[in-house]
Amino acid sequence: MIAVIIIIVILVVLGIIFAGIYNSLVGRRNQVDNAWSQIDVQLKRRHDLIPNLVEAVKDYMSYEQETLTKVTAARAAAINAGNQGPQAQAQAENMLTESLKSLFAVVENYPDLKANQNVLSLQEELTATENKISFARQFYNDSVLTYNNKIQMFPSNVMAGMFNFTSRQFFEAPEGDREVPKVDLR
Amino acid sequence: MYEQIRRNRRASWLLMGFVVALLATLGYAIGAAVVGGTNGGLGLLGVFGIVAIAWSILGYYSGDKMVLAVSGAHQVTHDDEPQLFNVVEEMTIAAGLPSPPAVYVIEEPAPNAFATGRDPQHSSIAVTRGLMQLLDREELQGVVAHEMSHIRNYDIRFATLVGILVGMIALVADFFLRFSFFGGFGRRRGGDSSGNAGAIMLVVALVLAILAPLAAYSVQFAISRRREYLADASGVELTRNPLGLARALSDIAADPQPLRHANRATAHLYIANPLKNKKTKEVSGVFDTHPPIQKRIGILLEMAHVGPEALVPGRRAAGLPSHDPPPPPAVPPDPPA
Repeated sequence: MIAVIIIIVILVVLGIIFAGIYNSLVGRRNQVDNAWSQIDVQLKRRHDLIPNLVEAVKDYMSYEQETLTKVTAARAAAINAGNQGPQAQAQAENMLTESLKSLFAVVENYPDLKANQNVLSLQEELTATENKISFARQFYNDSVLTYNNKIQMFPSNVMAGMFNFTSRQFFEAPEGDREVPKVDLR
Repeated sequence: MYEQIRRNRRASWLLMGFVVALLATLGYAIGAAVVGGTNGGLGLLGVFGIVAIAWSILGYYSGDKMVLAVSGAHQVTHDDEPQLFNVVEEMTIAAGLPSPPAVYVIEEPAPNAFATGRDPQHSSIAVTRGLMQLLDREELQGVVAHEMSHIRNYDIRFATLVGILVGMIALVADFFLRFSFFGGFGRRRGGDSSGNAGAIMLVVALVLAILAPLAAYSVQFAISRRREYLADASGVELTRNPLGLARALSDIAADPQPLRHANRATAHLYIANPLKNKKTKEVSGVFDTHPPIQKRIGILLEMAHVGPEALVPGRRAAGLPSHDPPPPPAVPPDPPA
């Protein structure tokens, strides 16, 4: 009789522990998915902002059509790459980041533009969106780290194996970003 | 971090219990002294206890509104303050919180900021006008990240409760002390039961009235000092940029103006001591709400692996236009064709 009660108690305790581990695994996995979709939200927002920016600066920058065309083309490519897998998307988005960087560098040369309230506020919005993209990626990587740790460490790895939780990929910084910027000391 | 959240939740409950007990005791002593006898004591004990419980509940649910109102803060939208709002949103994303806190501005020139609320879903960040004018984007980000950490680990719940409850103890004790000094007890003397016992209880009440706020203050201060270091560190975890916050703190430290809307009950909420004690000390005293700001800057500089020479004032502090564009991005030289 006592033995039966002890066995039941042990089973119940084990069940509670298993349920807790399982729930926390699901919670971590959902956090990873949510973090990934946050990145997409911000990328989409950047795509939406760019036409406004191009519209606002194009009259001032008649000599810089090439820069503007590059930005527009990079935006179109980035939107297209949205459904070609994370790798292609990351590459296209980085092209877009680069083209925006050169556009802002050009804006620096036009005092009229730098004083234009509309351009300034668009610039602030784009800066914020760039930051949000990188913070969203940072949070995604942090979430992947805790999730991967959970499914590789004992004892939660047992549950992860039973219910087919697979580890996720980190978002890797593009090659160019990892290089130390060259400083020209002329 | 989860440990910190648990500790804050527990501390909030303990604090409420402590304050209710303290006020009930104070009520008993004052009651026994003023009304006389055990009946008066128990009567006031009940009254004070109920008031303290009601006030705790009120502080829990709308302490943030009270603190914001006392600080003269008004809510702003994205259209009013795009940059501030964007920075808050950026840090919300970095912290992985579901929704950004409400954003408030205090129209004062002294640079400072605080966060309040009871959990991340009911939270607010307030910054002064002076802070926005003094700091550049990177520095502002550092300050907002510090506040976001207070929100994320539930420091705000505890700190807001401390402000509300300590404020109340100070108020009650202060009221009683003034009342007694201006001769509020003359009438009752030589009454029914015992003049002696009444006199003893009066002394006890006076001592308690003096000690209670002191005890409450020192709890408030000891706790908030440690929290500031912690929020500095976890703020840097969000921005990955210790230098931004270090430069912000050094700009704030260099500003001599005290914040008019801050008082002793809300001082510990702010990122840097808003009351600006004249003495600058290396060690923290029992009644300091904040750790020495130079020590905080030193820790941040160590994280960044740089020396104090990195603390060049931000663009705005150097007198440049306040609405500055982001620093010109480095354009890689075109590879030779």
